[in-house]
Amino acid sequence: MLNHNPIAAPHTHSGTSTTNIMYWVIAALSPAALYGVWLFGLPALLVMVSCCVTAWLCELFCLLLQNKNWQRSFDGSAWLTALLLAMSLPPTTPWWIAALGTSFAILLGKQVYGGLGHNPFNPAMLGRVMLLICFPVQLTDWRSISPPILSDNGLIFSSAWTSIDGTSAATPLADLNQIQDLATLFTGQHAGSMGETSALLIALGGVFLIWRGIIRPYIPSALLCGIVIPAAIAHLIDPSLYASPLSHLFSGGAMLAAFFIATDMVTSPTSPRGQWVFGLACGLLIWLIRSFGSYPEGVAFAVLIMNACTPVIDHYLRPTIFGMPAPFSRSKGTKS
Amino acid sequence: MFRLKARPFSGGVHPKGFKELTNKQSIVKHFSPDRVYLGMQQRNGSMLHCLVAAGDSVYKGQLIAKGSTEMTVPLHSPVNGTVLEIKPYLSSHPAGIKCQTLVILNNAVNHWGVDYPPSDYRKLTPEQIVQRVLDAGVVGLGGAGFPSGIKLRLARKSHVHTLLINGGECEPYLTCDDRLMQEHAAEIIGGINMMLKAIGATKAVIAIEDNKPQAIAAMTSACEQQHNIQLKMVPSLYPMGSERHLIKAVTGLAIPPGQLSTAKGILVHNVATAKAIYQAVRFQRPLVERVITVSGDAVEKPSNLTVPIGSLVSQVLAECGGLKAEANRMIAGGPMMGQVLPSPFVPVDKSIGGLLALSDAQINKRESQDCVRCGNCVKVCPMGLMPFQMAAHSNQGDFSGAQQFGLDACLLCGACSYICPSSIPLVQYFQHAKSNVNAQRSMVQKSNLARQLTDARQQRLAKELEAKKAAKAAKRKRPARAPRNQGER
Ligand code: SF4
Ligand code: SF4
Repeated sequence: MLNHNPIAAPHTHSGTSTTNIMYWVIAALSPAALYGVWLFGLPALLVMVSCCVTAWLCELFCLLLQNKNWQRSFDGSAWLTALLLAMSLPPTTPWWIAALGTSFAILLGKQVYGGLGHNPFNPAMLGRVMLLICFPVQLTDWRSISPPILSDNGLIFSSAWTSIDGTSAATPLADLNQIQDLATLFTGQHAGSMGETSALLIALGGVFLIWRGIIRPYIPSALLCGIVIPAAIAHLIDPSLYASPLSHLFSGGAMLAAFFIATDMVTSPTSPRGQWVFGLACGLLIWLIRSFGSYPEGVAFAVLIMNACTPVIDHYLRPTIFGMPAPFSRSKGTKS
Repeated sequence: MFRLKARPFSGGVHPKGFKELTNKQSIVKHFSPDRVYLGMQQRNGSMLHCLVAAGDSVYKGQLIAKGSTEMTVPLHSPVNGTVLEIKPYLSSHPAGIKCQTLVILNNAVNHWGVDYPPSDYRKLTPEQIVQRVLDAGVVGLGGAGFPSGIKLRLARKSHVHTLLINGGECEPYLTCDDRLMQEHAAEIIGGINMMLKAIGATKAVIAIEDNKPQAIAAMTSACEQQHNIQLKMVPSLYPMGSERHLIKAVTGLAIPPGQLSTAKGILVHNVATAKAIYQAVRFQRPLVERVITVSGDAVEKPSNLTVPIGSLVSQVLAECGGLKAEANRMIAGGPMMGQVLPSPFVPVDKSIGGLLALSDAQINKRESQDCVRCGNCVKVCPMGLMPFQMAAHSNQGDFSGAQQFGLDACLLCGACSYICPSSIPLVQYFQHAKSNVNAQRSMVQKSNLARQLTDARQQRLAKELEAKKAAKAAKRKRPARAPRNQGER
């Protein structure tokens, strides 16, 4: 049947969809997540499942409440939030704390603003900060890794892998001044939250996203520069007081933040210029909080602070209109 | 000839081309419909004045309608035959507007009514060339439909030094310019030389997208001896066919919004227009037919064919084997900027370069979701705008807000809608906003005009009053002289 309604051009579409993008990001994140489960065992899996189920239920609840299409709860955005939150929690967080954090993230971090696309702050990081403030003990209880061991008789699972108790251990960030074994940090063979363990897998996932054109390289590179440059300067001035840039880079959530958290498209600026500023500022804040703040890890706070600046950045750092000179003169004009 | 760098301007998209459907087939030239429908209203709304009546017999190339100014190009009969009637009939306007239409019955004798001997353009003055182009009713065949003769004359006045020939054809599916360059390279070069003479420019650059190797080869060999004509390969990137972006790609000059390219010494013409100008100047043949691409996945036999102006879309489609069952949308133009045709029974006018029949699968339309601020639209916008902000403002009816984000510079190229993962109909918002802004502008203009008129009237009345008073006073003072004065007159 021919349709003669005057529909606006274009009459074709690239075929990308928001849902698609969400699932690609989840796919890029999953090797690191699975590796985390391998290292920390069932407790980690429990945290992840708890987050994902809660996120889906909350999303569904809100959609039904607003009379929206319930199938939108499968658009992947809730699961991505859940996964990011789970990866930033200690693997032995009790499941109900994880669930609480997730509901906070979805309900108050996202849906109260109007759902996908309207939230000013990264929901996963909001959930994480809320938990950190309410449950400081559980949220800083790091366990040492206990991956299954491959022997002649097959896989041997340690008791820590299968039970929800583990051995406490310090996260490398708590004591950055000690010289870290970079190889350990790089491959993730150390205590920490799931998403912090393997910088390598996370970076690979991120590079995959850039290659697929799902995220742009500006924020990741800017964020990493923002950490490395001040860290390198400080380390050169006083190596005994400031950790080396490389241990900053490969420990904690730096990689996760660079490729998966700060790049959250809803809460980051849209123009390349704005993304550079956003990334650099995020990196700098992470380094500042790590070096001078009272929390060992600064990713969540840094990202949230910069989220608040996003509208301003987007306003002043717009792309230059074709054929127009002077990128900064225009912002003055529109201010009035 | 050399290749330009991969991304000569920021933004742009790479929609899948589907050019292979038609780019290997030569142009079909025998199509001749049994009747043609010639609208007496042009795309820009100006009216033509009909010179023939029902029952008259007309010959191919006969002047049958003309406008009141040179901005309205004249219309010539595309066939030999008889005028059947003059009645209101559908035009290709997407809203299905009807206009007074001349219907001519074709007697299938396909030769020109008057054959002028070929003339050498070198013996013509620039103004003579322009006049022939004007008389032939040539308009820009790239889609804009601006009278080419006027464009040439303006270019000479503003001392244009470079003629840029647009062989970009960046819309998917369309291959008529590609085929034209392959089959009529010599005529295009001839047209370019005539234009150079008409505008007094020293050199011409032909820009062709790198996905048309045969066209490039044909054009290269055709302009081998021509030292003032250069060929440049530009990357295939939508919207390379946009005048400003082509200029940027070829010369590096970015022409600001609101400025004409002729102000920077560049005139852009399309290859099909060059060919039409050649015909007009050398043989004094008016523009009565054009090459169009009929394509899309819902057409049985996609092809390029020469179509007399005024042929019905349905007849052209029938010539191409008709539509497949899955056809969903008929479009005039390419899929990125084309318009939905209100019916298959509309006539082809001078500015239609392609007819596409697309199926649902090709249109690939989905339910739109909320904007996730992914920035894809910002990335691909060739004008450096922020489409999602403009859409948000227009959506709330805040059109001046949309203007602040660059609405006036928007080309309606559709790159942003094409890429948006949330399938937001961005261009639809911009069209709506633009028409509102235009309406407002014309309202302001109208009220300004009205105010000026009232002001003028009041002034006139005041003056008259004063004049009367003065006359009265004069009468009272010198009553005796008045009759004598009148008598003197
Ligand atoms: S491409 Fe679509 S979803 Fe992305 S920012 Fe633009 S309008 Fe929003
Ligand atoms: S339609 Fe307008 S806003 Fe969208 S990409 Fe083209 S120029 Fe930019």
